[in-house]
Amino acid sequence: MNLLTVSGSPHVHGDNSTKKIMYGVAFAMIPTLLVSVYFFGLDAIRVTLLSVFACMLFEWIIQKYLIKGPVTITDGSAIISGILLAFNVPSNIPTWIIIIGAFVTIGIAKMSFGGLGKNPFNPALVGRVFLLISFPVQMTSWPKPSALFNSLADAVTGPTPLGHLKEELKVGRTVQDILENGTSWTVDGINYIYKIPDYMDQLMGNLGGSLGEISALALILGGIYMLMRKIISWHIPVSFIGSVIIFTGILWVVNPDIYVNPGFHLITGGLMLGAIFMATDMVSSPMSFKGQLIFGLGCGVLTVIIRIWGAYPEGVSFAILIMNAFVPLINRSIKPKRFGEVAR
Amino acid sequence: MLKTFKIGGVHPEENKFSADQPAEVLDFSKQVIIPLSQSLGAPSKAIVEKGDLIKVGQLIAKGESFISSNIHSSVSGKVLKVDQVLDQSGYRRPAIFINVDGDEWIEGIDRSSEIKKEITLTKEEIVKKVHELGIVGLGGATFPSHVKLMVPEGKKAEVLIINGVECEPYLTADHRLMLENGEEVLIGTSILMKGLGVNRAIIGIENNKTDAIANLAKLALNFDGIEIETLKVQYPQGGEKQLIDTVINRQVPSGKLPIEVGAVVNNVGTAFAVYEAVQKNKPLIERTVTVTGKGVSKPGNYKVRIGTSINTLIEKVGGLPENTGKIVSGGPMMGKALNSIDVPVVKGTSGVLLFEEEEARRIEPTNCIRCGKCITVCPMGLEPVLIAQYAESEMWEEVEAERAMDCIECGSCQYTCPAARPLLDYIRLGKFKVGQIIRIRSKK
Repeated sequence: MNLLTVSGSPHVHGDNSTKKIMYGVAFAMIPTLLVSVYFFGLDAIRVTLLSVFACMLFEWIIQKYLIKGPVTITDGSAIISGILLAFNVPSNIPTWIIIIGAFVTIGIAKMSFGGLGKNPFNPALVGRVFLLISFPVQMTSWPKPSALFNSLADAVTGPTPLGHLKEELKVGRTVQDILENGTSWTVDGINYIYKIPDYMDQLMGNLGGSLGEISALALILGGIYMLMRKIISWHIPVSFIGSVIIFTGILWVVNPDIYVNPGFHLITGGLMLGAIFMATDMVSSPMSFKGQLIFGLGCGVLTVIIRIWGAYPEGVSFAILIMNAFVPLINRSIKPKRFGEVAR
Repeated sequence: MLKTFKIGGVHPEENKFSADQPAEVLDFSKQVIIPLSQSLGAPSKAIVEKGDLIKVGQLIAKGESFISSNIHSSVSGKVLKVDQVLDQSGYRRPAIFINVDGDEWIEGIDRSSEIKKEITLTKEEIVKKVHELGIVGLGGATFPSHVKLMVPEGKKAEVLIINGVECEPYLTADHRLMLENGEEVLIGTSILMKGLGVNRAIIGIENNKTDAIANLAKLALNFDGIEIETLKVQYPQGGEKQLIDTVINRQVPSGKLPIEVGAVVNNVGTAFAVYEAVQKNKPLIERTVTVTGKGVSKPGNYKVRIGTSINTLIEKVGGLPENTGKIVSGGPMMGKALNSIDVPVVKGTSGVLLFEEEEARRIEPTNCIRCGKCITVCPMGLEPVLIAQYAESEMWEEVEAERAMDCIECGSCQYTCPAARPLLDYIRLGKFKVGQIIRIRSKK
């Protein structure tokens, strides 16, 4: 007879695993990926595959040759970081910039802290912000989305709704004027007109922006899938998005001429991507539901502050990174309700 | 909506394969080994010697301190020796070895199948009987039952809760008992009510045992003050504090006993044993044990004499399957892995589970991904990940401050952990160390 295994209870394990969670998240990102391929063409595939491949490669190199420990590139976490990094850059980004981004994401933001589960900051966001600060030109020239699979030569760059709005508000125009009449300018005798897409287009993703942030609808679809699979809980997305709506709503009521309505904030920029896929990253968000509500609230408020008064048109990435830094503090101060505490 | 406890909980695969198998009386083996440590508290002291001839039901070991219990012989025959034996704890501890000869019972035990409903004993006599005949809690903790019946000065018992939850997967012994001996369980409940001086009892049963609920609900119409409550299936509802929370919506404070909120909890198996002791004068010498597992050809429930080797039970279900990798005494969530099949069945043995090789091994742990699932499922509202990390870093003060001593070791955290981290191993270590520190502190 074989020897018996003697170990402590419990002797059964639920069917949950890190791998299942990670691949579940990756699966939830498919609708968003499809939308970006639809609007940005083959470039979207190039950027995503390259980013995923580079992330996995860096993790493999570091684990195998630097740490000389077990290689865990198939656990799905590097794949997610790769996709998220791709989602956070324009589709026409040069290859070499993605590779630098992947190195920062995996090498600096993840592995230098000890790998999966140890990183205080969301790796893909660190990568994105590094690129944004280092290569501002390449990171902010967004190709205009157009029909499916048009050739690269035809792709025209255009601004994001948030960036455009911020620039035009600076010159003293009102929100209504910018939204309704658009902006025209002349360069070398050619007349250009840019008008912020209407809400339907914004919802579907027909607007300028990073790969993964354009379609609010596809992102929400992925979010619902993750909620149903219990990969994420509702607390962070709801408090994040909710606080953005409330904050921008108050400003809008106070002065609709210089503050755009909350609906605009909701479906433009990286809010959905950030609230659903980035802020909910288990490793860099609080563990208790109450802590997650606070975390989401902080992300929302900081996003609005940066969007409206900050130097950048978009504040989601910075907001999440800043709140990531507060996570240990939140975890420490928010304790779950202990059993028997009420009776005392 | 069905009631359940308010904080945490999981729902493991139920796998109650033996639910339809009537409890069968198991022939006793040639030799039984009756360990002297069968209940919570101090071990009992043997009062028989090598060569003594003894009968079934005879007192063979006395519980001498307040929290300890008497032990009676489950067989008749000759005492071979009083010696150390490897028991379910994995340690060698004293036990009485008896060579079986016939089945001769001592005088005064009513062995008829007639159900005796009328309770003639007084409150004090009931407590004395339960004490004398070695009744202990059969839910798993084996706390001496007479101690629970003696309500401390200044406290008042308001309600008796009977635990028919059987929330552990696989186990069906209590289920069968409620189906086959429902009336005895209810009489036992009435006896416990009288012993406690309460006029209300609630029997909590999870919704996966609808036949047992129907049976007891029908029978309970003839009993005063006994209610049957159908509960949502949720682990660890059979935990004392969780069940009280479920049934009467009161939370026992940290470090306190159920009596603090006016409740006393007993298992259905205990209620049955109390019936047999008080009405039939029969000591606790046998119990129902579930023998099951995915690879077991005919899982079943057996009425077993205490001291019978677990090997005898395994042979009864078709022998040990070829690929057995682990044998667990009790349920899969809180049971104990055995290191031998030659250990005896004791009062606290509710089941024997045979796990196949691939189920036996633990999943290789990976890095904690800080998902917080362990916090969500902890029924005590603790942070298992934090306690485990403190224990891993040997920070015992922090382990204590995070209320590790509140942990009921239900295993929900480790069961849920996607990284398969050995959370409960570390928490147990932490509790052990903190326990030592508390003892030293109280001596000063």
